[in-house]
Amino acid sequence: MSNELKVPTMAELFAEGKQPEVLFWVGCAGSFDDRAKKITKAFVKILNKANVSFAVLGTEESCTGDPAKRAGNEFLFQMQAVTNIEVMNAYEVKKVVTACPHCFNTIKNEYPGLGGNYEVVHHTQFLKDLLTEGKITMEGGQYKGKRITFHDPCYLGRANGVYEAPRDLIRKLDAELVEMKNCKKKGLCCGAGGAQMFKEPEKGTKDVNVERTEQALGTKPDIIAAGCPFCNTMMTDGVKSKEKEGDVEVLDIAELIANAEDL
Amino acid sequence: MEYLPNIIFLLVLVAGVGFFAKNVKTLSRNIKLGRDVDVSDNKPLRWKNMARIALGQTKMVVRPIPGILHIIVYVGFIIINIEVLEIVIDGLLGTHRIFAPLGAVYDVLIASFEILAFLVIVSVVIFWIRRNVIRVKRFMNPEMKGWAKKDGNLILYIELVLMVLFLTMNGADFQLQTIDALHYVKAGSFPISQFIAPIFGGMSEASLIVVERSAWWMHITGILLFLNYLYYSKHLHILLAFPNTYYGKVKPKGQLDNLAAVTAEVKMMMDPDADPFAAPAEGAEETGEPDKFGVSDVTDLNWVQLLNSYTCTECGRCTSECPANQTGKLLSPRKIMMDTRDRLHEVGENIDKNKGEFVADGKQLLGDYITPEELWACTSCNACTEACPVSIDPLSIIMDMRRYLVMEQSAAPSDLNNMMGNIENNGAPWPFNQMDRLNWKNES
Repeated sequence: MSNELKVPTMAELFAEGKQPEVLFWVGCAGSFDDRAKKITKAFVKILNKANVSFAVLGTEESCTGDPAKRAGNEFLFQMQAVTNIEVMNAYEVKKVVTACPHCFNTIKNEYPGLGGNYEVVHHTQFLKDLLTEGKITMEGGQYKGKRITFHDPCYLGRANGVYEAPRDLIRKLDAELVEMKNCKKKGLCCGAGGAQMFKEPEKGTKDVNVERTEQALGTKPDIIAAGCPFCNTMMTDGVKSKEKEGDVEVLDIAELIANAEDL
Repeated sequence: MEYLPNIIFLLVLVAGVGFFAKNVKTLSRNIKLGRDVDVSDNKPLRWKNMARIALGQTKMVVRPIPGILHIIVYVGFIIINIEVLEIVIDGLLGTHRIFAPLGAVYDVLIASFEILAFLVIVSVVIFWIRRNVIRVKRFMNPEMKGWAKKDGNLILYIELVLMVLFLTMNGADFQLQTIDALHYVKAGSFPISQFIAPIFGGMSEASLIVVERSAWWMHITGILLFLNYLYYSKHLHILLAFPNTYYGKVKPKGQLDNLAAVTAEVKMMMDPDADPFAAPAEGAEETGEPDKFGVSDVTDLNWVQLLNSYTCTECGRCTSECPANQTGKLLSPRKIMMDTRDRLHEVGENIDKNKGEFVADGKQLLGDYITPEELWACTSCNACTEACPVSIDPLSIIMDMRRYLVMEQSAAPSDLNNMMGNIENNGAPWPFNQMDRLNWKNES
């Protein structure tokens, strides 16, 4: 089968005496969540097409500890962090790419203090670099002229100042990038951060994801683009609650590129 | 008797400045009740932040209308202080307009003070209308009822009265100069108060002097009273915005600190050779009580967080950007800061009352001021820290208090306990087996 995914693990490469250029940190959502797994696969298809030397940790990967830390459980976070750092340091990992902004933020900013020092990039930054280096080419394909609005993940945008990489990629698709009322520095949260993903919201007048989805739908988009598996879930639920799932798709940037390239 | 006014002035000045110094001392003592935190890093960036954010007001103009009005009041406040210097020297020496020999420069100075004073009046009136007539939404939140609302208006009234007194003083002075009154040197240019002067047209020289002197005295005593009002109001930001932006977060917004006390425990757990029952090494410091994890009262916070609370001027930009608040949840980042300040004030008064020792009052920040419901509504999205024009970080307080709830009280919402249990047992927030992590590879 020609489109079978090539997903080497660090352990397999290590046994062959090889060291990949970059570790793809899949994350819990990317590994287990049915919707997010599609994003993982789309990203791997692009990596395969561009012949990127990468590997995953597979069964040796564990939660970064981000949701535990944001829920206040610093013990659990540090236990997770120290364990993951031991694994990554044993494989002499230098560079990490991940499609989850929460994993990205934690490994990039909070692991160094516990002994884990890596160059960490979000998959939109990585894809942008592949494009700049000419390792992938992009044409609009099915997205040419479509209205796409980008929802800034808090942990990519405000938390780490990455606003342009995902937008540059959308523009490269020959799509019409339309901005929401709140975007970039003023982007509104999808409602999942700070461990909210795993609990019921407090009493209020509205759900955060519905508020954000209304802003997104206000741009009359064909597609709401996301760069985070949790935002993706929240926005997808928001679109469903507005009964717009027939008109508006919620897709990750990696999926947009993979689809445009018919991967 | 000739020197009576000078002596009275000196006494008023010493009392005003002295009382203010005492307030600053209490303020500084209260801030130092916080835990120590290392802020010696990144000095160049910190100076740059202070210059850009506090001095340059870059974050104020994100919202252009209040931003520009605020810049007018701010510039007015700073520039008109040159006039206060002259008033103080005149008051002490018994002179009148001692800077008058500056000639043309003096004319320009006085003219600019007058124009600024007028613009400040206009801005203050617009601010008042925004709060009381238009009722801008962020000034109407529950935490803005009662004293917070009064305080906000009172500050506007004081500023308005001070500026009106300043212009009245100049108007009467201008009139006295016109009628060649003794001691009233012909100096200054009065682009605004010349329009007030005609009101005094028919008045005798003696009455004019009474008006001028009264305005002069009320202006300077008003300034000294305002200086001392700061400590009891939300208005300390005019001073504290500078240190606060300097000590503000310089790391990426997404980065939370790693608790050092926890790191020590985790290292111990992960080290197969560690003996948890080992006697402390010879010469090891006796730490007494074990470290408390997280924050339940203001003295558990670090001093920068306490400085943050005094710096907050309750503008509410944080709360108006907060996704939880926007969707009707109880959380308001501004309230987190106000509660922290109010509790700190209470702790400070307790210490003052009890001869320098804090006597337990059965209250704490968590529960008595900030409820768990507020804390759990936070999405940690950093909209509040981005919105704050003076680099206040309500998120760090929320996270520190969650730490206390979870690590000291095991009081997380049950959904979160499930999530954490899953991470502990199978390395993911959901109940999936770690051995299945790579299954996606072979699924179609």
